[in-house]
Amino acid sequence: MQLINPVTVQLRLNELRDQDLFIHLEMTTGAYAAHHDSSKHPAATFISNAVIRYSNGSIEGPGPYRVGLKTDNGWVYSEGLTHWDEEERERLILAGHDTQGKLVVALQLGRTPF
Amino acid sequence: MTQNILVILPHPDDEAFGLSGTLAKYISEGARVTYACLTLGEMGRNMGIPPFANRVTLPAIRALELEESCKAIGIQDVRKLGYHDKTIEFEDKDALDADILSLIREVRPEIVFTFYPGHSVHPDHDATGAAVVRTISRLPKEERPIVRCIAFSKNKDEAIGKPDVHVDIRGFLKQKLASIQAHRSQFQAAELLGKGKNAKKEMESRFGNESFYTYRFD
Repeated sequence: MQLINPVTVQLRLNELRDQDLFIHLEMTTGAYAAHHDSSKHPAATFISNAVIRYSNGSIEGPGPYRVGLKTDNGWVYSEGLTHWDEEERERLILAGHDTQGKLVVALQLGRTPF
Repeated sequence: MTQNILVILPHPDDEAFGLSGTLAKYISEGARVTYACLTLGEMGRNMGIPPFANRVTLPAIRALELEESCKAIGIQDVRKLGYHDKTIEFEDKDALDADILSLIREVRPEIVFTFYPGHSVHPDHDATGAAVVRTISRLPKEERPIVRCIAFSKNKDEAIGKPDVHVDIRGFLKQKLASIQAHRSQFQAAELLGKGKNAKKEMESRFGNESFYTYRFD
C-alpha cells in the first residue's frame, strides 16, 4: 500500500464511473476497542460485494482524504482515507490507517467480486 | 501411545499468544496436533507498519503466516475451514457443529483446546467455543474428550473462577516467540522481545506460563 496520490485516484474514479461495480465499504474501531480501554466504543461495520453505480465520484481534502460517490438514489461516503494500492489496475483499493498502522476504514471498488 | 490433540480456534494468531508453548511442549512429548482454524482473519486491522497488506491481499498473507507459525510450533496438521472472519456467530449452527463433529470423529482427540464461550472477548472466539462445547456436550459422556479453554474477559474471575490448568512453558519460549513472530502482519514482534540482560527474565515472567480452564459439562 502507498500513500494516496489524489490526482491518480481521481483518474481511476473517473474510469469506474457509470457502470455496475462491486463495493466493499468498511469502518471499524476493532473488536478489542472496549476491552483495552473502557472509554472506547466498539464499532465495526462492513458491506461486502453490494453492487453500485455512480454518476459522479471524487476524492477531496488535503489528506486524510474523503471520497463521495453519487448514485442514482443516494450517496456513498468515506472519510479518513490515507493509503491505496497503486499496483491494482482493474480495481480501486483505498484504505485509511491510524498512526499505529491499524486499518480504520476501507473503500474498494471493482468490476468483479472481492 | 501417541496423544491426539485437536485445537479449534477462529483466527490465525489465536494459537500464538494463547497456547503455542503448551502445544510445543505436548508435541515434544510425542503428541499429534490438528489445528482447525475457522477463518483466515481476513478482517484484521493490522496490515504491517507501514501497511504491506490490504483487505484484498490479507487472507493469502495470513494463511501463509498461519502455516509458518504452525511449523514453528511443530503442529503436524493444519486445517483451514474456510469461514469468514467476524461471521462465526451468524453462521448456521447445525452446519458449524457438523464440521466440528466430523473433525472430532476423524481426529479422536483426548484433548480439545478452544476459547471459553462468553469469556473470550471477540465474538468469533465466543461463537467458536460455544460451538465446540455444544457439539461435545451431545456426545455420550464416555466419548467426550477433555475440553481446555482459553479465557481473558475482564470479569472471568468472578464468573468462572481461576484457571485450573497451568503449563510451565519456559522451555518452549523459542517456539512461542517464533509463532508470534510468524504473524508479522499482526504484530510488531520486536517490542515483545525485551532488551538488555533482563530480557530473558522478563520474557519468562510474561510468557512463561499458559493457563486454561477445564470445561465442566455437568
